[in-house]
Amino acid sequence: MVRVRAFARMRELLESGSFELELPAGATLVELWEALRARNRAIDALASSTRIARNGRVAALLNVRLEAGDEIALLPPVGGG
Amino acid sequence: MSLAGSPALRRYSRHLLIPEVGLAGQERLAAARVLVVGSGGLGSPVLQYLAAAGVGRIGVMDDDTVDETNLQRQTIFTTGDVGRAKAASAAEHLRALNPYVAVDAIPVRFTAANARELVRLYDLVVDCTDRFSTRYLVNDACVLEGKPDIYASIFRFDGQVSVFGAPGGPCYRCLYPEAPPAGSVPTCAEGGVLGVLGGIVGALQANEALKLLLRIGEPLVGRLLLVDALGGRTREIAYERDPACALCGDAPTIRDVRASDEDDEAPLDGEIEPSELDAALANAQLLDVREPHEVVLGIVDGALHVPASELEARLHELDSARQYVVACRVGAKSRWAVQRLRDAGFLRVRHLRGGLLAYAASRPEFEFF
Repeated sequence: MVRVRAFARMRELLESGSFELELPAGATLVELWEALRARNRAIDALASSTRIARNGRVAALLNVRLEAGDEIALLPPVGGG
Repeated sequence: MSLAGSPALRRYSRHLLIPEVGLAGQERLAAARVLVVGSGGLGSPVLQYLAAAGVGRIGVMDDDTVDETNLQRQTIFTTGDVGRAKAASAAEHLRALNPYVAVDAIPVRFTAANARELVRLYDLVVDCTDRFSTRYLVNDACVLEGKPDIYASIFRFDGQVSVFGAPGGPCYRCLYPEAPPAGSVPTCAEGGVLGVLGGIVGALQANEALKLLLRIGEPLVGRLLLVDALGGRTREIAYERDPACALCGDAPTIRDVRASDEDDEAPLDGEIEPSELDAALANAQLLDVREPHEVVLGIVDGALHVPASELEARLHELDSARQYVVACRVGAKSRWAVQRLRDAGFLRVRHLRGGLLAYAASRPEFEFF
């Protein structure tokens, strides 16, 4: 179980800014994104541009295995001014 | 710059009372030169607070004119400014606010052609623009010229603030390497923004600029501050300089500002201008992909309405043999929709450049905003 925090456009598309997500053991970001897609496939438009932070830190996460209790922040780009 | 004995000193007395600022700090501000790119929702509070604080020289850069729809959030302007050039109008208000600061009104767009030369004239740059392409140009010019880029952006209820290009610190491309695909992220013009958010986030941005100029406190270097106005929460995300960053990494591939970053509105194949829409609709169906809540801003007779967010699920309602002209409000969502439709085998799809708003500009009888 990880805690997902979604910001800006991702919060809108996922219809929640904070929720828990059940993932298989040893899941990576690939499985995380698949689980999020099940909520709304429209997030795919943001797949290449959204930065993902784990436990308050942006890092290269592609092969990292997520752990129970991790907090995952979804940070789509925001451009307005 | 010595302020001792200056008639401006009284004005800054509340600064002089703070040990971290004091006369030395106030003199630093008076000697500082700051370029503010964009004088809209973020630029308004940034400009007002920097001028009030006594920053000695302020560049106000904006190529736009004041529109009535700006007044809901761009508090530097008044109703009487509608139709005036933003740079000149904002400069005039700043001079009235503080006659002791010098204001450069720069009524042109920040482009690859002028970016580095302009950045060189100032000590730091505040990015208050409203488009990704300009944000990358500001970032790149700042990193290449060794000037800090005080970044903020807003959308609806969400804001981001950070400092890029500080010595040893990360840049915008370390966080977001490239601009998102055109049309994938709505702008304020498209998605809207709560007016006060520009005030909240712009004030945080001005605070970062003042801290850097005063050399006090902990600047938001390597920290992305997220403002969630709806939840009434802020949060901080740490990030680092990326050794693989194309701009500030160990083996950079971007060695100059690029004109290709200027315009994320490169024409699409089969695009039509607003003036061509009436003729095009003689043998095509107008496909309006605005979201349901946007329809209150104007109704188009005879249009087929399929919101972009429902397009995937409702493709079966469309006929791939038919000609469509796809339109949204400002022409961003519709670009995305055109790409999606073409990927799905709709080859007779055309795009309305600039959206229905551009079309309405040439048709006074068409009530649309």
